[in-house]
Amino acid sequence: MAAAAGDRTAGQEVELIGPADESLATHRQRLGPVPKLVSGELIAALDASGLLGRGGAGFPVGRKWRAVAERSSGRAVVLANGAEGEPLGRKDRSLMAARPHLVIDGALLAAGAVGADDIILYIGTEHRAADAAIRHALAERASEIRARIRIVTAPAGYVSGEESAAVHFVNAGDARPTTTPPRPFDRGVGGRPTLVQNVESLALAALIARRGHDWFIDHGRAGGIGLITVSGAVTHAGVQEIDFGSTLSDVASAAGGLRGDAQAVLLGGYFGGWGEVDEQWGLPLEPRSMRARGLALGCGVVHFLAPESCGVEATARIMAYLASQSARQCGPCVFGLSAIAAATQRLATRSPQADDLDRIVRWSGQLVGRGACHHPDGAVGLLRSALELFAEDFAEHQRRRCRTASRPKRVAVA
Amino acid sequence: MNNTLLWYATRGAGVVSLVLLTGVVVLGIVSVMRWQTAPWPRFLTASFHRNLALTTLIFLAIHVVTAVVDPFTALGWEAAIVPFSSPYRRFWLGLGVVGIYLLVAIVFSSLLRPLFGPRVWRVVHWLAYAMWPVALIHSIGTGTDPRFAWMLAIEAACVGSVLAAVAWRVRRAEPTAWRRPPAIAPQVKKWS
Amino acid sequence: MGEIIEVDRIRCDGHGLCAELLPERISLDDWGYPILKSGPLPEHLSALARRAVDVCPVLALRLAHASRPIALI
Repeated sequence: MAAAAGDRTAGQEVELIGPADESLATHRQRLGPVPKLVSGELIAALDASGLLGRGGAGFPVGRKWRAVAERSSGRAVVLANGAEGEPLGRKDRSLMAARPHLVIDGALLAAGAVGADDIILYIGTEHRAADAAIRHALAERASEIRARIRIVTAPAGYVSGEESAAVHFVNAGDARPTTTPPRPFDRGVGGRPTLVQNVESLALAALIARRGHDWFIDHGRAGGIGLITVSGAVTHAGVQEIDFGSTLSDVASAAGGLRGDAQAVLLGGYFGGWGEVDEQWGLPLEPRSMRARGLALGCGVVHFLAPESCGVEATARIMAYLASQSARQCGPCVFGLSAIAAATQRLATRSPQADDLDRIVRWSGQLVGRGACHHPDGAVGLLRSALELFAEDFAEHQRRRCRTASRPKRVAVA
Repeated sequence: MNNTLLWYATRGAGVVSLVLLTGVVVLGIVSVMRWQTAPWPRFLTASFHRNLALTTLIFLAIHVVTAVVDPFTALGWEAAIVPFSSPYRRFWLGLGVVGIYLLVAIVFSSLLRPLFGPRVWRVVHWLAYAMWPVALIHSIGTGTDPRFAWMLAIEAACVGSVLAAVAWRVRRAEPTAWRRPPAIAPQVKKWS
Repeated sequence: MGEIIEVDRIRCDGHGLCAELLPERISLDDWGYPILKSGPLPEHLSALARRAVDVCPVLALRLAHASRPIALI
């Protein structure tokens, strides 16, 4: 079942979302104290639960913690990543605003498991409610705990949540990705092994620590729960907590139903991919089923494209945004993405050059893996899925026509 | 050893060094300007620049050694090692010593570039813009051939080519300007 | 033991000398930035690869031993 924010389905405990920042007392009353776990026990439980990272990459959380623990010797650092630069994403800020103590528990448990004394809570500068809730929650904690935790405000921007960018910002005030290796789990904050983990992953780890991996696996139809952000052509956009295995139709219902006959849905945000609503209506939102269809939950964004919106124009806007968000460190990303953005913009306004469509196809083949971070890869992934789903629309636009009723206005390009 | 031979060797090696150094500086600028044609690829400029610099060191060695051992000049080794320590044309000769030290620093930092890293390398390499004028002024000030037309012609050609290359360099836009964020932050509306 | 060429994408300024010296393994994209062929270097190209690494004006290239990537993303 999917539960919309502020809406409790009867008999279902909503874990990760809620109306206001929960106090320590309520948190403890609801969930009980944080369990003391034997070293290695929590990591084993995370492995068994199959919990995947919720920041976008979907990497197994247990394996990540183990990699840091192995290199730690007590000097590791935990960086809770609440930067959430994805424009369509709201879940991380909602989680921090509603359940700050659960996030803090998760960070403390991670620190214990990997052998870290220092914890950094990396919160996006625009997430004012989340920042206030976390600060308030920290004030309620014991002083020994507060001494180990500091809040670092992440600068605005899509790439400042990238793990090496987060570490770089903490180390040098520069939120741009760095060349890897070394990866943060090897050498991160202050040159020490650093666990960079999304705040939702930490919150889920804190729940698994209390209830065991069986609780997580038994949940829902496919094991696990998680947050998604639903937006676009739905009645009630917002953050939902879902059982993995809920379908796209479940999510749409919990959002009050679709507005109009939406054809396309964006899954996973700007680094995700487009799908056809009809085809994916019964898609179980969980990793294995989605991977089998070449899709991924990523950062949990589910965006329904309004039927009156043109897919080419939507893609052009996304490409313009992603090009503008390049850290401007690598030639292929800067030149490639801006060329793609300019060409998709010309296609969107139905004034393309003769070979614009061919060129964006060629360029999207040239950019994968050619930046220091995965920014160009994500952009190209989205573009490719758009070229596939909106193939006919792109062809029409190359012929200076548009299938959709809307009249695309001139869009500002970076 | 025939004194006249030593004397000619000193002067000759000195002039050759100046010409070679001029070539090195011009090629360095050609390299930075990313100039190339089909028959002249960029690695040719890079190799040529490097080899000319190393060849210059050989001629400079001849120039210095012959000058020091020549009994006619009465220059000791100290004059060649400590700048401005020779009573003979103290300032102009001293400049030559300074110039050689600058060149040696540049060459060393280039040969050991992986050790020093690109940033240190770049800072030291910029000293070339000090090294070349120092060499030129040394040549004019200590040279005993300035009244000969051929020497004037050589010096004019060296100065002319470096000035032309620098003028070319100064006019060009920075090729790495793309790294800087655009002046006006693009107003891309958040789309939902 | 196989050798591979790696490029530091942030340092790279698109000078392109590497592609001149080692066209068998390095080509340039539409904007002059290197596209590296993946996989270990054939033995006979080892010396040329070393020259390509040395000639890069910004030291963006390096030779490394091919090894299994660390099993983390």
